[in-house]
Amino acid sequence: MANKIIAKDLNLYYGAHHALKNISMDIKENCVTGLIGPSGCGKSTFLKTLNRMNDTVPGVKVEGTVLLDGEEVYQKAVDVTQLRKKVGMVFQNPNPFPMSIYDNVAYGLRIHGIKKRIVVDEIVEKSLRGAAIWDEVKDRLKKPALSLSGGQQQRLCIARTLAVQPDVILMDEPTSALDPISTMKIEELMSELKKDYTVVIVTHNMQQAARISDYTAFFLLGELVEYGETSQIFSMPQDKRTEDYITGRFG
Amino acid sequence: MNQKKSITEKRRRPADKAAYVCIFLFTFLVVAMVILFVACILYKGLPGLSLDFLTTAPNPIEQTIGILPSIINTAYMILLAILIAVPIGVGGAIYLCEYAKNKRLIRIIEFTTETLSGIPSIIFGVFGYVFFCTLLNLKVSLLSGALTLTIIVLPTIVRTTGEALKAVPASYREAAMGIGATKWYMIHTVLLPSASRGIITAVILAIGRIIGESAALLLVAGGSAMYMPRGNFFEQIMGSGATLSVELYRYAYSRGENEIGFSIAVVLLVISVLLNVAVKGINKKLGGEKNGK
Amino acid sequence: MEHSILRSAKTKSAVEHVMHMLFVVCGLIAVVAVLFISIYMVASGGPAIAKIGVWEFLFGQIWNPEAGTFGILPFILSSIVATALAIFIAVPIGLGAAIFLTHIADKKTGGVFLFIVELLASIPSVVYGLLGAMLVAPMIFKLQNMLSLSQSGSLLSASIVLVIMILPTIISVSVSSIQSVPKAYNDASLALGASKMQSIFKVILPAAKSGIAAGIVLGVGRAIGETMAVMMVAGNAAIMPSLLGPVRLLTVGISLEWAYSSGLHREALYGIGLVLFVFIMIINILLSFILKKGGKKS
Repeated sequence: MANKIIAKDLNLYYGAHHALKNISMDIKENCVTGLIGPSGCGKSTFLKTLNRMNDTVPGVKVEGTVLLDGEEVYQKAVDVTQLRKKVGMVFQNPNPFPMSIYDNVAYGLRIHGIKKRIVVDEIVEKSLRGAAIWDEVKDRLKKPALSLSGGQQQRLCIARTLAVQPDVILMDEPTSALDPISTMKIEELMSELKKDYTVVIVTHNMQQAARISDYTAFFLLGELVEYGETSQIFSMPQDKRTEDYITGRFG
Repeated sequence: MNQKKSITEKRRRPADKAAYVCIFLFTFLVVAMVILFVACILYKGLPGLSLDFLTTAPNPIEQTIGILPSIINTAYMILLAILIAVPIGVGGAIYLCEYAKNKRLIRIIEFTTETLSGIPSIIFGVFGYVFFCTLLNLKVSLLSGALTLTIIVLPTIVRTTGEALKAVPASYREAAMGIGATKWYMIHTVLLPSASRGIITAVILAIGRIIGESAALLLVAGGSAMYMPRGNFFEQIMGSGATLSVELYRYAYSRGENEIGFSIAVVLLVISVLLNVAVKGINKKLGGEKNGK
Repeated sequence: MEHSILRSAKTKSAVEHVMHMLFVVCGLIAVVAVLFISIYMVASGGPAIAKIGVWEFLFGQIWNPEAGTFGILPFILSSIVATALAIFIAVPIGLGAAIFLTHIADKKTGGVFLFIVELLASIPSVVYGLLGAMLVAPMIFKLQNMLSLSQSGSLLSASIVLVIMILPTIISVSVSSIQSVPKAYNDASLALGASKMQSIFKVILPAAKSGIAAGIVLGVGRAIGETMAVMMVAGNAAIMPSLLGPVRLLTVGISLEWAYSSGLHREALYGIGLVLFVFIMIINILLSFILKKGGKKS
């Protein structure tokens, strides 16, 4: 399978703190790639380098290369809004805007200049269906998004991301704030999503990584310790530290 | 999804550019305005400023102008109003934060305090005249002015002190109560000292408000300060007199002597800046202490 | 001497009681003050309005104390128009400055700017009157000359001075309501590929709108109640308002003739006070309504 994203010798500093150390990693197209590791290991930081959400943090410095479809993400000529349109993101805590369900999904379309009512209607429905929430909200699209349950809010956020038709979806521990049933629904969604999108997911939950991801990367103290097919990582890890982590000896 | 758009393809955003231009323009406008004002006040007012101007009364025979009477009137106003308003305001804040349990009563007190801070000074002037000057027969006097000012600054003191009291950790209270201290003992030995910076801030803010006040005082305390206050303390505060702000108005508007107005404006500006810096200094110290812990 | 536990406990509880009562009294002073102000505004303003006639007083177009004609419609309209114009100009400027402070300026620049805004807020209103007479009025004079109108203080001058005076209120209230919008909204918007300005105007400002509305209402209250500064630039003629003509606002209606009024004339000034007071109370109630609604939502 083709490489969608290629990171090479990636280093990131928060001021004096060296948060990512020489990360090199190829992310395959139309696969789910899971990033695991103890908290503070740099997995979320790495995720945010892929759509340059780290740019909003003051004092951040990035060195190295990130290629998206062969194009350097960190070159000057990049329009970050175009990059983020292509690389969408779902956050740890559901963060729908304080507006209606419909307007939440339509928001991304409107900011990218799609305003025609029929087109917007169609994409909103398609996106809500894509996030497996259409049936639950189709009768109350004009209701405030904040009236939904946490799990519904998170699927709404996924729909909102799908609406701008990205190639890649980044998910930063998307189920850590949710109940088990909502978590299950989102995990099921994952296998649907990878048919059309490349998914990169950060999770603190190893079982979740084992269930849903095709490839798994293990981060520790800002380093990429091991990366490979999920089955291989979980059944015969090459590195002692990976083995310790997945067998629950620390973390 | 099949769009093969490059991420280096810049989108043109004329609306964004227009927004940036407006934001910078408006911000610049505000800053330029303040600089222009300060420059204008200093340019027009500094030439007339001298030691004599600050330390003498107007002398109609020698045709000299001095603002000492209005400085003294202002000092009286500050002294009296603060002496009355601070105990009441701090007491009110203590009641709200430490004693009051009835939610409805709290809401009523908070609403009336907010209302009080929204009433314009001319209304306080009319009320002060009807109530203090006429009904209590205090006449148009410094005392009537100070009593009116007490009501004007009360919301500021209650709010600022209340915030300071709320910032005192509950553990301080519990610790004091736990070793058998009574409530009032806890309040004056633990709570008030911990909230002292907040109370000082409240006093400074109130002083700023008193110095700037003019419309109400014009009605209740008198519109001119030609003479020094006379007699003993009680005779002095029962006499009428203008504060600095009212005196500025009298010179600049009633008599058309803008230069003198600007000289008084310099004095007011200097006091305003000093009070602002003082508040900043107190709060910075407070913040520094918190970070230090 | 032996100390009885009982006695010391008793004296202590007496002190406790007295202090408790004192605090109750202090807490109720604000309530009493508002009550008294309401009562005395009505008691002093009501009779004049009754004598003159509610309709004649509120909608009469002529104010001529010598002739015993007391119509304050010109004052009411002037106050409303001057306030509306001031708000119309001040809100965009204030919002722009608030956005700069919260989303563009770095910490140091923001601190300096905040200090400037606070300074603007602490300058006494008479000083603004003086500055208005010195800097704003002459510009309007030129305009009046160009249009061959007579040169005088004007509604426009008054509004410009009011803009300056309500800006700090609008800026500081807007800043605190923008700052209270969760950062997650901004992140979500940026992650969808919105530009900074799109995020601010389409997500952050709508989320902060009840706070901003409260700031605007506060500004209206300040503008409609301002006396000294507008008295020094508005021309103060008791005629119907026009943009470049002299106007007398409600507040000025009270203060201007205060010193030499007596009898029914003075009572009519109390009446103006009552009308202004009613305006202010409506604004206050509106404000607490907005704040309550905003509080419920979050």
